[in-house]
Amino acid sequence: MNSQSSPEPILRTPLYDAHAAAGARFVSFAGYEMPVQYKDGVLAEHRWTREHAGLFDVSHMGPALLTLDHPTDDPEANHLAVASALERLIPGDIAGLKRGRQRYTFLLNEAGGVLDDIMVQRPEPGDKQGRLFLVVNAGTKTNDFALIEQTLAGTAKLTPLIDQALIALQGPEAAAAFTALVPEASELMFMQGRRIVWDGGVLLVTRSGYTGEDGFEIMVDDEAAPVLWDRLMRDDRVKPIGLGARDSLRLEAGLPLYGHDLDETVSPVEAGLTFALSKRRLAAEDFPGAARITRELAEGPGRVRVALKVAGAPAREGAEIATPDGAVIGRVTSGGPSPTLSRPIALAFVPPAFAALGTPLQAIVRGKPQAAEVVALPFVPHRYVRQP
Amino acid sequence: MRFTKDHEWIELIGDIATVGITAYAAGQLGDVVFVETPDVGKTVKAGDPLAVVESVKAASDIYAPIDGTVVEAHTGLSDEPETINQDPEGRGWFVKLKPGDPAQIDALMDRPGYEAFLDTL
Repeated sequence: MNSQSSPEPILRTPLYDAHAAAGARFVSFAGYEMPVQYKDGVLAEHRWTREHAGLFDVSHMGPALLTLDHPTDDPEANHLAVASALERLIPGDIAGLKRGRQRYTFLLNEAGGVLDDIMVQRPEPGDKQGRLFLVVNAGTKTNDFALIEQTLAGTAKLTPLIDQALIALQGPEAAAAFTALVPEASELMFMQGRRIVWDGGVLLVTRSGYTGEDGFEIMVDDEAAPVLWDRLMRDDRVKPIGLGARDSLRLEAGLPLYGHDLDETVSPVEAGLTFALSKRRLAAEDFPGAARITRELAEGPGRVRVALKVAGAPAREGAEIATPDGAVIGRVTSGGPSPTLSRPIALAFVPPAFAALGTPLQAIVRGKPQAAEVVALPFVPHRYVRQP
Repeated sequence: MRFTKDHEWIELIGDIATVGITAYAAGQLGDVVFVETPDVGKTVKAGDPLAVVESVKAASDIYAPIDGTVVEAHTGLSDEPETINQDPEGRGWFVKLKPGDPAQIDALMDRPGYEAFLDTL
């Protein structure tokens, strides 16, 4: 979140007019004027996404293409070369990524802190040049792109895809609604992607998202984006969803939000995201901050991210977390009402001694202690459609 | 009924003033999911925080439009916070106050004045 003192004019996505026509209320977010909600409001939009299909404009995020400078005739060698270059900045296994597969990983600093959490996708068969698609967060994209460009200079070139919009369709009816329009997308499983020709243009579709539901993220040309948006909106199962519900949906899914649950001081181990650390990379210790991360894996980190259910008023970002006898041991990094569970939920960092499921704690809201308890992540089960 | 620039309303009936938030404020907040009302007997000055309303996105303070003492809090809102969105200037009231100085109410905006104020936002 770097919304302060930006001298640049506020940006609009290619879908701004569509949002306005749908009754959006706009807020400034990461330099963009984005819909925070539409006419039905955050609660209704949240529930619609859990029950049907929610349509999101996420064009403020940063898609980019990483291309090997000097490809050879060997497609596999080209992939290894571009993957190895990116692996200098991240702890994930990109070299081992199968064609078409997408992976969640992090840009790390030398202290093992998370500079950003990002998606990396290897193109499907047909690509021979050694290319990777990246999607980084809106608030961090300028710094991310500069870091990748500098580190990979001479090996690979980063091209921000500034003329591309990003649309997400999420929810139990997302697959039915999307494949009615784009039948080929039915062949994708969770964290797979492919190029699909649609309406004379090209879509880059991945089966992924930020709600815990099944669904798709679709990269589409700026010019074609309103056409695709309108075609999806014509489906009765689909309603537009603003950033307000996007946040409450991802919180219920236990997915961290950069700048809140993750920042430059937080390691992937502290954040409980060790699934995204590659065994090969950990053994080689060949990524930024590897010393801290391997030490934390061996000895345990000093703090860990926990999920809390809270009684009473919502405990929001910054609220202190205390033991039952009042000793402050941590803070909430994301929190609010859970529309699905009809109670407040929160993510917080606490010492590992207080992280066991069922541990009684207190959340301090407006000076008043309220009962809280460590519960399992995610708060609401994921419903991804995985490869059988 | 009189109004503040913070979008509270206040209505004096007999010697007790009822306080709530305006339809405009309820629309801006969106769906209210949590309400915190003050204890009976609490004394407040005009502009002091009186109650808290929370939407999915954020918590917002409701301020006392005048000086006074809380004589009743609408505790039923805790179970039915949606009342605030359904009927903000009626069943969605928050607090009844015994005014310290009823003349403070007359100094607030009347409805045409408040509507003219909304046009400037």
